[in-house]
Amino acid sequence: MTLLAFDWLYLVEKLVLIAVIISASLLIAMYATYFERKVAAWMQDRIGPDRAGPFGILQPLADGGKLFFKEEIIPNAANKWLFILGPCMAMLTAMMTSAVIPWGSKIDLGGREIALQIADVNIGMLYIFGVVSFGVYGIMIGGWSSNNKFSLMAALRGASQVISYELAMGLSLIALLMLTGSLSLKTIVEQQMSHGNLWNIAYQPLGFFIFFVCALAECNRAPFDLPEAESELNMGYHQEYSSMKLGFYLFAEYINMFISSAIMATLFFGGYDVPFLDESTLNPNIAALIGIAALLAKTFFFIFVFMWIRWTLPRFRYDQLMDIGWKKLIPLALVNMVITAVVVLLRQG
Amino acid sequence: MQSLTNRAKPVDRRPMNFMERMYLPAVLKGMSITFSHMFKKAPTVRYPDETRPFSPVFRGLHVLNRDEEGRERCTACGLCAVACPAEAITMEAAERKQGEENLYREEKYAAKYEINMLRCIFCGLCEEACPKDAIYLSETFAPSNFARKGFIYGKKDLLIPDPKTEAADLAKAKGTN
Amino acid sequence: MGTTQILFWFLTALALLGAIMVLVSKNPVHSVLWLIVVFFAISGHYILLNAQFLAIVNLIVYAGAIMVLFLFVIMLMNLNAETEPQKSIWMKFFGVATGGLLLSFFISFIVSSIDLKNKTAQLKEGDVGLIKNLGKVLFSDYVIPFEIASILFLSAMVGAVVIGKKD
Repeated sequence: MTLLAFDWLYLVEKLVLIAVIISASLLIAMYATYFERKVAAWMQDRIGPDRAGPFGILQPLADGGKLFFKEEIIPNAANKWLFILGPCMAMLTAMMTSAVIPWGSKIDLGGREIALQIADVNIGMLYIFGVVSFGVYGIMIGGWSSNNKFSLMAALRGASQVISYELAMGLSLIALLMLTGSLSLKTIVEQQMSHGNLWNIAYQPLGFFIFFVCALAECNRAPFDLPEAESELNMGYHQEYSSMKLGFYLFAEYINMFISSAIMATLFFGGYDVPFLDESTLNPNIAALIGIAALLAKTFFFIFVFMWIRWTLPRFRYDQLMDIGWKKLIPLALVNMVITAVVVLLRQG
Repeated sequence: MQSLTNRAKPVDRRPMNFMERMYLPAVLKGMSITFSHMFKKAPTVRYPDETRPFSPVFRGLHVLNRDEEGRERCTACGLCAVACPAEAITMEAAERKQGEENLYREEKYAAKYEINMLRCIFCGLCEEACPKDAIYLSETFAPSNFARKGFIYGKKDLLIPDPKTEAADLAKAKGTN
Repeated sequence: MGTTQILFWFLTALALLGAIMVLVSKNPVHSVLWLIVVFFAISGHYILLNAQFLAIVNLIVYAGAIMVLFLFVIMLMNLNAETEPQKSIWMKFFGVATGGLLLSFFISFIVSSIDLKNKTAQLKEGDVGLIKNLGKVLFSDYVIPFEIASILFLSAMVGAVVIGKKD
């Protein structure tokens, strides 16, 4: 049997890593809901949730428990299978991106080196891009199968928004690719770590800005949360959803936020690199732990900025959204790309 | 049109200039405002845990008073019911029997005394009308209830604890332990 | 049978199932979703051929963008199984006849082709599909077709802007 001629330990190692990363992102998404409410409260001179446990830290558990015990409703006129498939797709695509993010360098367990990345594929950045373009299916399927005109409107809005902003996102990444010359996220991080190289944000500030705005739009976060605009579309694409299916949609939003923050930290802010610290002098396990902490700190900072923006800005109008996407961000990204290309060429020549 | 207060500001309807169309300066300004609010003290009062003190003239739920020996002061004269603009008070009078002198101060007393707290407007006119100092407005307000019936307060809800037999309860109700 | 073979047969079965379901489904939205399954299966085949770039571009372009637009249009048109127009028996007959002819043509072409004989696909070790080699080939050997294609896209973009412009 050739099937057994396989490094089973490798498989176990990867499965454990996948389990750890998925449960970590679920935990972080849970507490992101809590911090969302806390940050909103602080910015509005309020206190926020503080009833469940000390400082309300058990609030996410209470919310989850509440969602679990709610009645599951599938509308009569809904397309049953697609109605169930929608939240699953949303959750799946939110989770899938975490596969290519390098969470740390590597740890040494009894002589066996374990890379803290599920898959170091040589097309890492394109993989992210592919999964992001899939994120819209959860919204579209859910919105359409609900058989509700508000949900359908939200689904169409979501689809057009995600497609529009994907272009600018891709163009901003192309400029970054010209500098790094590699699509593998691990290589990109190692380049930023290597001596004498600054983080990519120093070379690509405009690219980062465009990427950030597009990430807001792709996560359907305010000020681009048109698919779930409460004031115009009731609840948007998840209006007919209840119980844990609704919970999946809400959760997927926070996981998306966490993953895209991690991607921004990886691509532009050195990933698991700690500035002014030479990791090679340290014990590799300690260095890996410091790296994970550094990446998480950067990620949490971006999550905070996402929330900060949400609780500051009102929602853009639909025509403004399209205007920003097509007439501002894409030309800006093109200009950024051309300038980067010229500079790279001049430095080579 | 003649303006009433001269405080109206005309709306600027000029098309946005370049800086405004970039949205960014306004975005950054807004974000700095929200950030500065993160460090402000929240004026929240955590209500069930903390309560704000009432002012001394606060008019809350009614109480029916007793004298120092624990006898009911009310004589069911009906002046409070007459004074009540919301017609929230009803009562039935009865004559004091032999051996009840330790319960009621005068020969006549209120066998039934009801205030409908949903009608009451807490104006305090009953308090002023009472010649016997029998009715007072306290510093609490009506707790919520599931039925309308629960808001019709009878004598057992209104009477203060007897200072002789239930002195501890009275001290607790007054807040002077 | 190694892991690669098992994956190959699984993906093949999935692709065929998806393709059949695209045709059989009465509901056009279901057809589109099955078509996405087909694209996934084909991308899986690309990965087995070690052409990760092609696999992911297939997903981004077809499943991620074109199918979203398809879904978009179908949702806006509100096509249902009930509103499907009834075709006459002759239409059905000619449809089956032409489809069958095309299929037999493909089969005979593949069977008789000399070039394809004794040439199996390179599994796992082929490196043509890697982004570096693909780029080099595209910008050296095939630079003229590449540029012609880009001019085609440019003209399409200009055309779209002209159509979309207000008068």
